[in-house]
Amino acid sequence: MHKNMKILVVDDFSTMRRIIKNLLRDLGYANVDEADDGERALPMLKAGAYEFLITDWNMPGMTGIQLLKNVRADPNLVTLPVLMVTAEQKREQIVEAAEAGVNGYIVKPFTATTLKEKIDKIFERINATKL
Amino acid sequence: MDNTDVLDYQQGRLNLAKDLVNALEQGRSDDADIIVLNMAGMRESYLFQELGKLTRELHEALKNFMLDDRIASIAVEDMPDARVRLKHVIEMTDQSATRTLNAVEAALPLCSTLLQTSKDLSEQWQRFTKREMQPDEFRVFGKHLGDYFNKNNDEIAAVEGHLKDILMAQDFQDLTGQIIKKVIHLVDEVEKNLVNLIKLAGGKRFSNGSQVPLQEELAGPQIPGLESSSAVKGQDEVDTLLASFGF
Repeated sequence: MHKNMKILVVDDFSTMRRIIKNLLRDLGYANVDEADDGERALPMLKAGAYEFLITDWNMPGMTGIQLLKNVRADPNLVTLPVLMVTAEQKREQIVEAAEAGVNGYIVKPFTATTLKEKIDKIFERINATKL
Repeated sequence: MDNTDVLDYQQGRLNLAKDLVNALEQGRSDDADIIVLNMAGMRESYLFQELGKLTRELHEALKNFMLDDRIASIAVEDMPDARVRLKHVIEMTDQSATRTLNAVEAALPLCSTLLQTSKDLSEQWQRFTKREMQPDEFRVFGKHLGDYFNKNNDEIAAVEGHLKDILMAQDFQDLTGQIIKKVIHLVDEVEKNLVNLIKLAGGKRFSNGSQVPLQEELAGPQIPGLESSSAVKGQDEVDTLLASFGF
C-alpha cells in the first residue's frame, strides 16, 4: 500500500463519492477516480492500472456485486482488492459478497475511522500473504 | 349461454307449446297443467344460468383486479411502510442539518477569534518592522506571539474536526435517496394499478395488468421499526459475520 496508489470509487450518489474521496484524501490517498455504476467502472478497471476498488452495491446498470464478480472473472483483475461500502446489510448479501471474493465490507452509514480501519486491514492481509 | 343453447331453449319451448295445444284439444287438462309448469320451470332455469354466468364473470374480474393480492398488500403493508420510510427520511435530514449547523456554530467563533488575533498580531508586527515598538511592548508582543502559536494549532485542529463532521453529515443524501427511490417505485406501482382499475370500470378487459414486471429489489437501508430479521445491526455484526470467512 502506497499513498499514490490509483483508487476507483464507484457509487451512484455523487455526494457519497465526494465523501469517500475526501476521506481518502485525508488519509493521504489523492489519486482517486470516480464512476457512477459498474458498467462505467468495469472498462475503467480493465483499461487503467487501478490498485484498489471501493464500490457501492445498489446501483442502476451494473450493481456492485456484479462488478465484483466481473472483476474476479477477469484474469488481470482477479487479485484487485475490493472494498464494498453499502447500505445492504442482510446477512445473505454479506455472505454472497464474501463468497464472490470481496476483501472488506462496510455498511452505511459509516465513520472515517471505520473506513481507515478496513483499508488498513485489507492491505495488511495482502502484504502478509505476499511475504 | 351461446347460440346453440338459445336454439335448444327455443326449440324446447316450441315442442312444449305444441304438446300443450294437443293436450288442450284432446281435453287432457291435467297434462296441460303439467306442461305449463314445465314451461315456467324452463324459463327459470334459463334465467338462473344467465345469472350464474354473470356472477362468474364478476368474480373473475374482481379476482383479476386483485392481481396476486398485490393491491391488498400495497394497502395493508406498503403504504404504512412508505409512511414510516418517509418519516425516517425527515428524521435523517433533520439530524444531518442539526449536525451540520452544530459544527458550523462551533467552528465560526473559533475562526473569528483566530482572525482577530491574527489581525492584532499583524498590526503589532508592522509596528515592530517599522521600529515603532518599545522594548517593554516588544516583550508583551513576543509573549502574545508565543501564545498564539500554541493555541493556534489546537484551534485549527478543532476547526478541521468540525469540517470533517460536516463532510460526514452529508451521507444522509445517499441513504435518504435510496429510501425515496423505493417510495417512488411504490407510487409507480399504485399508479399502474389505478389505471387497471379504470380500465376495468370502463369495461375493457385487460390481460397483462397483473404481469407488471417488478424489478428484483434490493433490501437497501434498514428503517428503524421495519428492520429485516436477516439484517445485521451494524458494522460490528458485519465484522463478526465476516470473521467466520477468515476476514
